[in-house]
Amino acid sequence: MSSPRPRVLPGFRLTLGFTVFYLSLLLLIPLGALLLRSTQLGWAEFWHHVSSPRALAAYRLTFTASAIAGLINVVGGTLLAWVLTRYRFPGRRFLDALIDVPFALPTAVGGLALASVYSPTGWMGRWFAPGSPLGDLFGPDGLKLAYSRIGVVIALTFVSLPFVVRTVQPVLESLDRSIEEAAACLGAGRGRTFLTVILPALIPSILTGFTLAFARAVGEFGSIQFISSNVPFKTQIAPQLIIEKLDAYELEGAVAIAVFLLGVSFMILAAINLLEGWTRRFQS
Amino acid sequence: MAGHVSHHSSSHAPASGPTESLAIRCLLIGLALVFVGLFLLLPLASVFGEAFGRGLKPYLDALRDPRTLASLRLTVLLAVIVVPLNTVFGVAAAWAITRFRFPGKPLLVTLIDLPFAISPVVVGVMLLVLFGAQGYFGPWLREHDFRIVFALPGMVLATLFVTIPFVARELIPLMQSRGPDLEEAALTLGASGWQTFWHVTLPGVRWAVLYGVILANARAMGEFGAVYVVSKPVPGEIPLALWVDTLNSEHQGTAAFAVASLLTFLAIATLVVKAWLESRQHREMARGQSSHTE
Repeated sequence: MSSPRPRVLPGFRLTLGFTVFYLSLLLLIPLGALLLRSTQLGWAEFWHHVSSPRALAAYRLTFTASAIAGLINVVGGTLLAWVLTRYRFPGRRFLDALIDVPFALPTAVGGLALASVYSPTGWMGRWFAPGSPLGDLFGPDGLKLAYSRIGVVIALTFVSLPFVVRTVQPVLESLDRSIEEAAACLGAGRGRTFLTVILPALIPSILTGFTLAFARAVGEFGSIQFISSNVPFKTQIAPQLIIEKLDAYELEGAVAIAVFLLGVSFMILAAINLLEGWTRRFQS
Repeated sequence: MAGHVSHHSSSHAPASGPTESLAIRCLLIGLALVFVGLFLLLPLASVFGEAFGRGLKPYLDALRDPRTLASLRLTVLLAVIVVPLNTVFGVAAAWAITRFRFPGKPLLVTLIDLPFAISPVVVGVMLLVLFGAQGYFGPWLREHDFRIVFALPGMVLATLFVTIPFVARELIPLMQSRGPDLEEAALTLGASGWQTFWHVTLPGVRWAVLYGVILANARAMGEFGAVYVVSKPVPGEIPLALWVDTLNSEHQGTAAFAVASLLTFLAIATLVVKAWLESRQHREMARGQSSHTE
């Protein structure tokens, strides 16, 4: 490889200057304005907005629903990554392409479609509607999927579905199969080999995938707008509370909650950075 | 890179080795299909089921609605403004980051990825703090009778923000791995900087650029949260994704799904082009490897 050399390629000032100018204008100034505005609130008022009972209920739903969605994706995503890398079956390439639907489909469309499928008259929701055999198991009102907290989890699972699959898949592909052969030769069954040989190697990437999925879910708004009934203390998530504050011309309250969410995002980002360093060590 | 997950799906064929019994394999594939069915296939199918459920005429009527056509025009306009700007930015940023050393580079790379970590609604609040009626520039804008939020400029800024990383994140790892040797050779042979860029750098990374462009385009056309905060729900003056929301809240189900089907076609087209680009990249990589060994 090349040793340190003088800069012979042109364009350093132009490209770096443009990059820094562009990012400052579009990203840093808006970000700075938000933070500046929150400092003008004063600590007491900031805390008052951030820790109101409504806000706490919204955070609780946002974070628990995102975590449950992440866990569903840990199981489903690892299963999908396994099936896609290890087995040949008709439609495998189609299934692989399908995984990226949540990246390509506008989240509003995802939310609208999920709300229809899981509503009491929808293809899935009707099996749990009041009066249906399955629904009666959950009491006279059946089990409400869309427009309930379960609906929030369903939408967040949809928007964060690709992350675990796409972080685990390359690790599974690069795993040395001879270790599994060795385990088989030593008498381990496939189940035992998976739990003691394969799974430990996947854990860093599964954790990274979970954190990426969680980060994506925490900020989601579009799909929730369609599938959540937006009832405070019940089905309202943090971004919906921000919108509610804006609609009531309470910019101060919206700014405080936005800054709180931003702080959470930055902490998740730091966690992802640490995890990705860890994953890379396992891959190489 | 923080928050980076590869969107590239794999085209590796499954390798052979110790494997599970046929029954277990079928069970696992079946469970995977159920998972994908519940969360991806059923919703996709329902979009078309609901859109065409009452026949072709209500579907076409919804699409011919002047308000839908105005929304479509606005959606395309947003993408036409936003995607080229972020493409130029991505190429410039990748050139600076992969071809030069300078202090603060890791920070710059983190900043470029930052929009993926921030909730779109928070992005909207940032723009309101700057340009809203109670924002820092609000009084000045009002005095000069110029609107940013609740008008096109605000939607453009919101969409620009959320699509900043797409092209840059495809280009940076690729240009890093290609190294500057070819470009330096071209310069040594007397090519100008622009000639080097157009004839040496760009041909090597064009598919990655296109890859970033189609993903940025899908996001730009489908962005909801950030644009929601900085726009007023006036029919004909909002992009398609927001028009779906308005129709849905007015209980015009068929029309909402008809408009949603347009965005679903966009998503399917995006995935098809993406799969095509991936197979192309694989072939070029294979060709590159075989020409190295010759």
